[in-house]
Amino acid sequence: MNAGLVSLIVLAIAAAGYVLGRHRSLALAGGDIRALHSLPGYYGQFVFLFAAVPPFLVMLVWLLAQPLIIESRVASMIAPSDIPDGSTLSLVMADVHRIADGLDVAVAEGNLSEGQLDDMRADLTDVRARLAEVGIAVGSKVSQNVFLAAKDFRRLAGVGRTAMAGVVLLLALGGAVFAWTRIAPRYRARNVSEAAIKSLMILSSTVAVITTLGIILSLVFETVHFFNLYPAEKFFFNLTWNPQFRGGSDLGILPLLWGTLYVSVVALAVAVPVGLLAAIYLAEYASDSVRAFAKPTIELLAGIPTIVYGLFALITVGPMLRDYFAQPLGLGSSSSSVMTAGLVMGIMVIPFISSLSDDVINAVPQAMRDGSLGLGATHSETVKKVILPAALPGIIGAILLAASRAIGETMIVVMGAGASARLGVNPFEAMTTITVKIVSQLTGDTEFASPETLVAFALGLSLFVVTLVLNVIALYVVRKYREQYE
Amino acid sequence: MSEIPATTPLAAGGATARPQRRDIGIKRRYAAEARFRAYGMAAVGVAVLALVFLLVSILANGLGAFRQTFVTFDVTLDAAVLDKVGNRDPEEMKKVTTIGYGNLLKAALGTALDAAGVSTDGVSAKDVGGLLSKEAPAQLRNRVLADPGLLGTTISFRTYANGRIDGYFKGRVTMQSAALDSNVSPQQLELADRMREAGMIGVGFNTGFLFGPDASELRPEAAGLGIAILGSAYMMILVLLLSLPFGVAASIYLEEFAPQNRFTDLIEVNINNLAAVPSIVFGLLGLAIFINFMGLPQSASVVGALVLALMTLPTIIIATRAALKSVPPSIREAALGVGASRMQTVFHHVLPLAMPGILTGTIIGLARALGETAPLLLIGMVAFVRDFPAGPPEGFFDPASALPVQIYNWTQRADPAFVERASGAIIVLLVFLFFMNLAAIVLRRRFERRW
Repeated sequence: MNAGLVSLIVLAIAAAGYVLGRHRSLALAGGDIRALHSLPGYYGQFVFLFAAVPPFLVMLVWLLAQPLIIESRVASMIAPSDIPDGSTLSLVMADVHRIADGLDVAVAEGNLSEGQLDDMRADLTDVRARLAEVGIAVGSKVSQNVFLAAKDFRRLAGVGRTAMAGVVLLLALGGAVFAWTRIAPRYRARNVSEAAIKSLMILSSTVAVITTLGIILSLVFETVHFFNLYPAEKFFFNLTWNPQFRGGSDLGILPLLWGTLYVSVVALAVAVPVGLLAAIYLAEYASDSVRAFAKPTIELLAGIPTIVYGLFALITVGPMLRDYFAQPLGLGSSSSSVMTAGLVMGIMVIPFISSLSDDVINAVPQAMRDGSLGLGATHSETVKKVILPAALPGIIGAILLAASRAIGETMIVVMGAGASARLGVNPFEAMTTITVKIVSQLTGDTEFASPETLVAFALGLSLFVVTLVLNVIALYVVRKYREQYE
Repeated sequence: MSEIPATTPLAAGGATARPQRRDIGIKRRYAAEARFRAYGMAAVGVAVLALVFLLVSILANGLGAFRQTFVTFDVTLDAAVLDKVGNRDPEEMKKVTTIGYGNLLKAALGTALDAAGVSTDGVSAKDVGGLLSKEAPAQLRNRVLADPGLLGTTISFRTYANGRIDGYFKGRVTMQSAALDSNVSPQQLELADRMREAGMIGVGFNTGFLFGPDASELRPEAAGLGIAILGSAYMMILVLLLSLPFGVAASIYLEEFAPQNRFTDLIEVNINNLAAVPSIVFGLLGLAIFINFMGLPQSASVVGALVLALMTLPTIIIATRAALKSVPPSIREAALGVGASRMQTVFHHVLPLAMPGILTGTIIGLARALGETAPLLLIGMVAFVRDFPAGPPEGFFDPASALPVQIYNWTQRADPAFVERASGAIIVLLVFLFFMNLAAIVLRRRFERRW
C-alpha cells in the first residue's frame, strides 16, 4: 500500500469523522443548539483534526526515518572484505540499492517469483545477467554478501511500508474514535480545535527554518564527505581545476572564484552606473508620466526568467561582441566570454539597483533637499552633495544585494561565460564560475560518491556562505539606514 | 570661491556703475546640471532599450518556430509490404519497422513527384527521400498501426520536411551554406523550389511545436514542447498546493498570533534569508534530500515541485503578511467586540479581505517558479523524455521535462534549427508569464481596497 493511497484513506476517515462528530453533538444536545458549548461544526472539526493530523505527522516522520534505519542495518551486513579496493562503503551501498530496485522490477514483470528469489544465491546464479535482462545495469560482479544485503533491503523496505500503513490507519481510526467519544454538550470543542489549528500554523511557520537547516545540513554533510576524499587545503588553494572522472583530479576553487568575481564585477560595472543614474533621474527629475512608464518597464527586467537572458547572451550578445570587438581587437574568437555574461547579467541586475536606490532616495527627507536648493545649489549639486551622501548606506546595501544576486546567478553564466576554468585577465576569453561547475559536475551520468561529483556540494556551500554574508551585511546596512530617518 | 576682479570696469558713459556680478561659474554649473540630467535620461534609455533589444532579438529568432515546412503527397499503403501475414493484426504489423515505412515513403514521394511533373534530375532517389523528416516514417507507422483499415488504400500524407529544407524556406539555409553542408545539397534545395511551385511543399502553422514531444538531435523539425508544458503545468499545480497552504498558515501565525520573542525573530530572519539564497542551492538541497535521501525518482515533476515550492514559500509569506497588515485593525476590533474568537476573527473577516493581495503574491511567486531553471537541472530534469507522463497523481512521479529546462536542452544541441526552437519556446514561456502577471494586476486593480 503506498503513501498516496494511505493518505486518501486517512482523509476519508477524517471526513467521515467530521460528519459523525457534528451529528453526535447535535444528537446529544437533543437538536437544541443552545445546549452546546460550541457550534456543531466545531465538534466535527475536532474529530476531523484528531483523525487526520496525528497520522499525517507520523507518516511524515516515518517516511523520513525509515530509509535511515534500513540503511544503517543493511550497511552493517557488508563486511570490509566486500568492499573492493578503491571503492567505498557508499559505492557498495549504491550497488545494493540498484540490485534491490532491479529485483523489484524483475518480480513486478514476472521474471522472478518471490520463492525463486528466496532461494537465489549470488555465488550460484549470475545475478548481474539476470538483472541486465530487466534493464538494470550493475557495475561489477555481485558478491553473496552484497546480494544478501540487497534482498534484506527489499524485505525491510516491504515490511516498513506495510507497518507504516497499519500504524497510520490505526492511528487515524483511534483518533477519530477517541475524539468522537469525548464529545459532550459542555465539551469546549471550539477551543480545542482552535488550539490545534494554531499549533499547525506554528508548525508551518517552522518550514522556513527547517528548509534553512536542510540546506545547511545537506551541504555541510556532503562537503565533509568530499573533504574526506579530497584534502580541503587543495580545494581552497589549488590553482587548477581539472576534473578527471578516472580519479587524480585537480579541484581547486580559485579559478572558479576568480571567474565568478570577474563576471560579477563586469555586471556591476554595467548595472551600478545605469541603475543608479536611472534611479536618480526617476526620483528627482522625471515627470509623473515618464516615471509611470519607465519605472515598471525597468522593473520588468527583473521579472524576465534568467533562461531568457541566457539565450540572449548565447545567440545575440555573444556573437555580436565576438564579431565587433573581440576579433577586430585580436582578443579572441570565443562567443562565450566574461564580457558576454557580465553585460547580460548587468542588464538583469539593473532593476535590483534602481528600484532599491529609488526607495532610498525617496526616503531622504524633503527638508534636506529644500535646504540645499535654498542655499543656491543647483539640482544636480543637491543630488551629488546632499542626497547621495545621505542615501549612501542604502545604495551600498542595494549594490551588495545586486552583487549577491550576480554571484549566485546560474543560467546566464552557464550559457554565456563558457566552461573553461582559467585564471586570465582578458575579458573576451571564456571563463567559468562556481555555479557553472555545480551544474556541470552534477549533470550527466556520474557516480554520486566520487569526489568529482561531491565537489559540487563544497562549491555550493562556499556559494551559500558568500551570498549569505553579503545579504546579511546588506540587510543590516539598509535597516540601519532606514532607522536614521524614521 | 571665485576671485574678485582686480579692476571694476565701468559701463560706457561711466555715470552710473552697474552692480558687478561675481563670476560664480553659473554657466559651468548649469552645463553640469544639463549634463547630469542627460546622463540620467541616458541611463533610463539604456535600461529600456536593453529590454526592447532583448525582446526583439528573441521574437525575431523565435517566431519561425511556430511555422513549419510541410510536404504533402499521396502514399499508397501497400498491404503486401506492411502486413506480410495479412491478418491486419497490429501486433503482427509491428514487425515492419520504420525502415520499411521509410522505403515506402521514399518510393511514394518519387511517384508523386513524377505524377506532378516535377523533375528530379540530378537528385538521387535517396536524396529525394532526404527531403522528408526522419520523423516521417514513425508518423506513418503510428497512423497505420492505429488504424489497420488504411492498408491497401491511398492516403494524402502530410509530414514535416527535413530541418534543412525548413531552414531554406525560412532563410536560415542558403545555396552557399548547403554546398558546404553534408546533410543537404543545393540540388535538393532546387528540387524543393520546384516542389513548392507544384504545391507539394509549403509553410504552415505548426501545432506539433506546441503539443508534440521532444525529438532527438537529428530531427529538430519534429521537436515539440508538449511534455515540457505538461511537466511545467504539473509542477505549478503541486507548487500551488504545497506552498499556498503552508505560506498562508505561516503568515497568519506570524502576523496575527506570534508573540515578539526570539523564536519569532529566528523565523523572520530565516524567511528573509531564504528569499535571497541562490536558486541553484535549492537544487543541491533537492538532490541531496529528496532524491538521494528520500529516494524520490529523478526527473519527476514532484521533486521539481518540492524544490520550487520551497523557493516560492518566502515570496508568498512576504506578500501574505503585507496583505494581512493592510487590513485595518478596526475590522479585527469590531469582530472581537461582538464576541468572535481570535481564530474566527482571522478566518471569517481578516483573511477574506486579504485574499486579493495573497492571490496576487501567489501568482507572482508562481510566475517566478515557472521560469526557474537552475535547480531543475540538478534534479535530473534535463533528461531526454519522449513519453508523456501519465495523468495525475501517478504522473507526478513520471519523468517529465519543464519549459525552461527544455529551452536549455535545445540550446545545447548542435543543429542551429534548435536555436529557433529554443527562442520559440521562450516566446511560449513569456506568453504564460505575461498572462499570469496580467491576472495578478487585474486581481489587484479589481479587488484591492484602500482603507
